[in-house]
Amino acid sequence: MRCVVATSNVKVLGKAVHSLSRIGDELYFEPLSSGLALRCVNSSRSAYGCFLFTPLFFQHYDSGAPPGGLEDSSFRCKMGMKSVQTVFKSLSSLDKTVEKCEIDLNPGGNRLVFQLHCKYGITKTHNLSFQESESLQPVFQKDGYANVLRAQPRLLADTVVHFPPSLEEVNVTVSGERVQFRNHLEDEQDASKMMLTEMSLDADEFESFQVREETGITFCLKELRGLLSFAESSGLPLSMYFDQPGRPVVFGLDDPVLEVNFVLATLSDEETTTHRERNRSRPPQADTSHDDFLSDDMDSYMIAMETSAVGGAEAQPCSTGSDQRRAREPVSAACSSGSKQQRGLESESEEEEEEELPGTPPQKRFRSLFFGSVLSPYSQGANQTLRNQEVLAEASDSDPEEQEEETAKK
Amino acid sequence: MRFRAKMIDIGCFNHFTRVVNTISKLTKTCTLRLTTDKLYFILSDKVANGGVSMWCELSQGNFFDEFQLEGVSTEHNEIYMDLAAENLFRALKTAHNAKSLKIKLTNKHCPCITLAVELPSLSRVSRVVTHDIPVGVIPKKLWNDFKEPSVPDFDVSIYLPPLKTMKNVVERMKNLSNFLVLEANLNGEMNLKIETDLVSVTTHFKDLGNPSWGDNGSQDSTQDRDPETMMDVKVDIRKLLQFLACQQVNPSKVICNIVNKRIVHFILLHEDVSLQYFIPAHA
Repeated sequence: MRCVVATSNVKVLGKAVHSLSRIGDELYFEPLSSGLALRCVNSSRSAYGCFLFTPLFFQHYDSGAPPGGLEDSSFRCKMGMKSVQTVFKSLSSLDKTVEKCEIDLNPGGNRLVFQLHCKYGITKTHNLSFQESESLQPVFQKDGYANVLRAQPRLLADTVVHFPPSLEEVNVTVSGERVQFRNHLEDEQDASKMMLTEMSLDADEFESFQVREETGITFCLKELRGLLSFAESSGLPLSMYFDQPGRPVVFGLDDPVLEVNFVLATLSDEETTTHRERNRSRPPQADTSHDDFLSDDMDSYMIAMETSAVGGAEAQPCSTGSDQRRAREPVSAACSSGSKQQRGLESESEEEEEEELPGTPPQKRFRSLFFGSVLSPYSQGANQTLRNQEVLAEASDSDPEEQEEETAKK
Repeated sequence: MRFRAKMIDIGCFNHFTRVVNTISKLTKTCTLRLTTDKLYFILSDKVANGGVSMWCELSQGNFFDEFQLEGVSTEHNEIYMDLAAENLFRALKTAHNAKSLKIKLTNKHCPCITLAVELPSLSRVSRVVTHDIPVGVIPKKLWNDFKEPSVPDFDVSIYLPPLKTMKNVVERMKNLSNFLVLEANLNGEMNLKIETDLVSVTTHFKDLGNPSWGDNGSQDSTQDRDPETMMDVKVDIRKLLQFLACQQVNPSKVICNIVNKRIVHFILLHEDVSLQYFIPAHA
């Protein structure tokens, strides 16, 4: 196996590594006959990223796969992300000083050698240790999605900038003509303390806006930011494939020499609607130019404050008594429409359903595992119960190496 | 109670953002008081703040094109609310190229200040970003806690040296001691002193200039005194540093009033915004 990357592409390779580093700690390296695949998955298996560099990207590319053989590649491994990041440490100087980057397997077969040939006769050689691993293959079909949006990455980057960098989850709702991004609040977070941000974009701003199902999905923004920074520097249009909540969202970049796919899990349906109804008292299509003061009336709220004890506030008669969590929050006055009450009651029954989900880990409730059957067990138990595929990962007491051998035989 | 306002000038956005940035660096939460012609950011001198207090005042006419307020009642046409300045700053920060900014008091899941920013877009329809910042409305009976502080009966009034220089000095001193003595006289001289078991460090500034306050009580008493006499106050160094670091753009002038051994009072004036900051002496 041997690849040689010429000058300007070394920086692209470095950016890809940095972009994957936002997802997880291990980089999966697999030279295929169709190109070099760099992949990464996060510990809870709810985010996956893959950069496939076709042979055209390289000055020289030899995947090492035996010709005419059944195997697509001879060698696949995973390495510590930090080690690979060190190779491509200072991106800004990479394209100024590095003339060539060579990646080979060393003669002993136990180290992956990254050699950077730089100006002034300097050669930097990194010998990275690796672990042989199985192929990381998520199961997804870009063709099967109802909604596909494509835009210049600048558009998404401009949207994401309005949300705090610490924001975990974002909700994206799409209708025929508009798409809305909102920060998503976890159950435990107090809506009366969090700043809520919402941004809406018109369909015209997208290169392509195909919406066959009006839907809303919630996914983790943090892992996407890595892709956005890569996409912005590449200038390639970014495509977003999604439909129902629960089904993973795919972000892709396409180019003759490079194919990038990021697959992120989304919150499943019951959880999304419960949060949305509890935290938003106005419908998504609210027009901010409707300066209707009736909905801004603070007087009933003020009256409640004066008559109650200091610090407390009595619940307004219209807030649904069954929605226990809302009663604990500060008073939300003037539930003007009856439809809100209805929604409140609905969300109560959905809450109960949610509580019954066995073994739901407290923080992440994503439908996570969408991978095919070739993984070895890295994560212990996280989200295993939410899989709707066969559980292959055994409990932590079994020997991981034995597991790998078994799955390799399949 | 109702409030809505609109801002359309980019210069005003930037200026307002800078003011809010300054406030957010001085305190996490503060009280926003709205009247028909002014906005106030207030931090009252509670024990929780370490006794520091802040009063920042701006004329709404210099920022907003539209401003409508209906206060708690007709005689008290004002609104007081608690908010996290950092949230407000974060919302304003990304609006630097906005076409318009609307601010409203709303009641969603709880009382909020809603900012609606209209941004330029690639299509005929503008992009709209809305931020809902939760606030706590303060009932009228508590308004007395937020009275405007009066200028104290100071012993010395002096102009500070350039804030950046002063900040650099105090930052280094912070590593050595928790308290700093700030002293000044009527001859335009100021010293910053720290003292520990091992070392004492003093930085001297001169030719700073003393503002004249016209004819009033404090001026008379100070005139009898020798202008060389130093009046000092010992303060928590972190509070002082917080004040020195808050200002982004160099202000016109910062006045420092010292009440001997009691309190130091800073007045910062910049483009029609006035900010006062009080640090009490350490016991």
